[in-house]
Amino acid sequence: MAYNKPIPVPQGESDVYWQKAKEHELWLRKCNSCDTAYFYPRDISPCCFSKDTDWIKASGKASLFTYGIVQRAPHPGFVDDVPFVTAIVELEEGPKMATNIVIDNPTFDNLQIGMDLEVVFEDITEELALPKFKPA
Amino acid sequence: MTDLRKTVAIVGVDESDEIGKVPDKSNLTHHAEAAYNALEDAGMSIKDVNGLFTAGTSTLNLAEYLGIEPSFTDTTAVGGSSFIIHIAHAMAAINAGYCDVALVTHGEAGRSRRSRPGGDDADPGSQFETPYGFLGAPINYAMAARRYMHQYGEEYARQGMAEVAVATRKWAQLNPKAYMKDDMSFDDYHNSRWISEPFHLFDCCLVTDAGGAYVITSAERAKDAKKKPVWVLGAAESHDHNLISQMPDLTRTVAKNTGPAALERSGVTHDDIDLAMIYDSFTYTVLATLESLGFCGPGEAPDFVANQRTAPGGDFAMNTSGGGLSYTHSGMYGMFLVLEAVRQLRGECGDRQLDDPKLCLINGTGGSLSSTGTTVLAID
Repeated sequence: MAYNKPIPVPQGESDVYWQKAKEHELWLRKCNSCDTAYFYPRDISPCCFSKDTDWIKASGKASLFTYGIVQRAPHPGFVDDVPFVTAIVELEEGPKMATNIVIDNPTFDNLQIGMDLEVVFEDITEELALPKFKPA
Repeated sequence: MTDLRKTVAIVGVDESDEIGKVPDKSNLTHHAEAAYNALEDAGMSIKDVNGLFTAGTSTLNLAEYLGIEPSFTDTTAVGGSSFIIHIAHAMAAINAGYCDVALVTHGEAGRSRRSRPGGDDADPGSQFETPYGFLGAPINYAMAARRYMHQYGEEYARQGMAEVAVATRKWAQLNPKAYMKDDMSFDDYHNSRWISEPFHLFDCCLVTDAGGAYVITSAERAKDAKKKPVWVLGAAESHDHNLISQMPDLTRTVAKNTGPAALERSGVTHDDIDLAMIYDSFTYTVLATLESLGFCGPGEAPDFVANQRTAPGGDFAMNTSGGGLSYTHSGMYGMFLVLEAVRQLRGECGDRQLDDPKLCLINGTGGSLSSTGTTVLAID
């Protein structure tokens, strides 16, 4: 069946992020003024409002910061997925990002805040892959 | 900062003609009916109105329908808190002389004309949250509630959330306009179905069709109004993120700044407040807000609301209308906090009327716990 969830539309400031995701790599922006990685990717850093920024490759390691277990699909594309896990993870490099946790039986017991995670990629179209996380 | 206490007053409030499930009326119809009714309550004419404020639609759309040409126009839209923040903006505009009779309206057929959440493709949320199913408030706010549970204890937080749901329903049972008036026991709360765990159905606000409006004017013009003025003592506003994943601290809203600032500008303290109208999009929103405002410390809200302290007869009056949880919640609920605050201060609340309240603190929360507006209202 065709993928019918909302699909990200890469923009000028995020095209590298999505190109790298397609290659199953997670890349972040880093501010050179204060040496801090940040999310979401944008040309001017939110920490220093600096244009002196780079792209860096993330380790793909993260920890579970918080999550919810969605029981009522918010969109037709998610009907077959419930229950599924929406989460905020803290990347090893520091920034937090929204994602899904890929896990068979989501419960409060087997999703412990602080647990180690690693990135996995779901190829959703010919051009796009979504970074998600699974227990490490 | 200039002392603006009692320079402006709210002189008219009302809902649209019917609220709850109203399938044949548009958002704009709710705006217009509420405007008509609030002006009637004020004893003023649409021709008196020269300041126009709204969120959710443009004042262009609204003014055209109403047939007015405002000298001050403001479509500040930062979620459900917008209508609290409009009080501060009206206060500034009236004191600066840009207008003297301001009309603030809300209308949303949230139940009958539900729009799918989503935004511009280019927005960060469309790229970095919605593809994962971060669609709608129950999912976004669940992130914060789960983190709170982790920090302060799951069962402890759960009990606080249950207390809020049950107490708020008791107030709704005393409000003829409330949408949900069935008895709710603690068991009913705990047994209600999951929406987005940790949220049960009864942690979540209603989704209704409703409009509301208020008229706010200068102290001078307030003398022309039909009823006693409800004074604005002070107000404050802020926001610190848009996307829930970028919220600096999921357990603290910017009410931590707007609460103390509004109280200071009002010249009053927490202990002076007779009624707290706290935006209750979710039970959790109330816990985080009471702590952020400083009514209690971080992690203390479940104790603060324990033993039905906020229910009718309790010693901390809160959300006496029945709140967004049980009275009405069209989508951007903040307007209805103002309506109840004004009615309680005027003594118009019938079976749910408090004993001669003089001071009410209102706190609106908008977006994904993103923005807050706090204001203190008073009656002589």
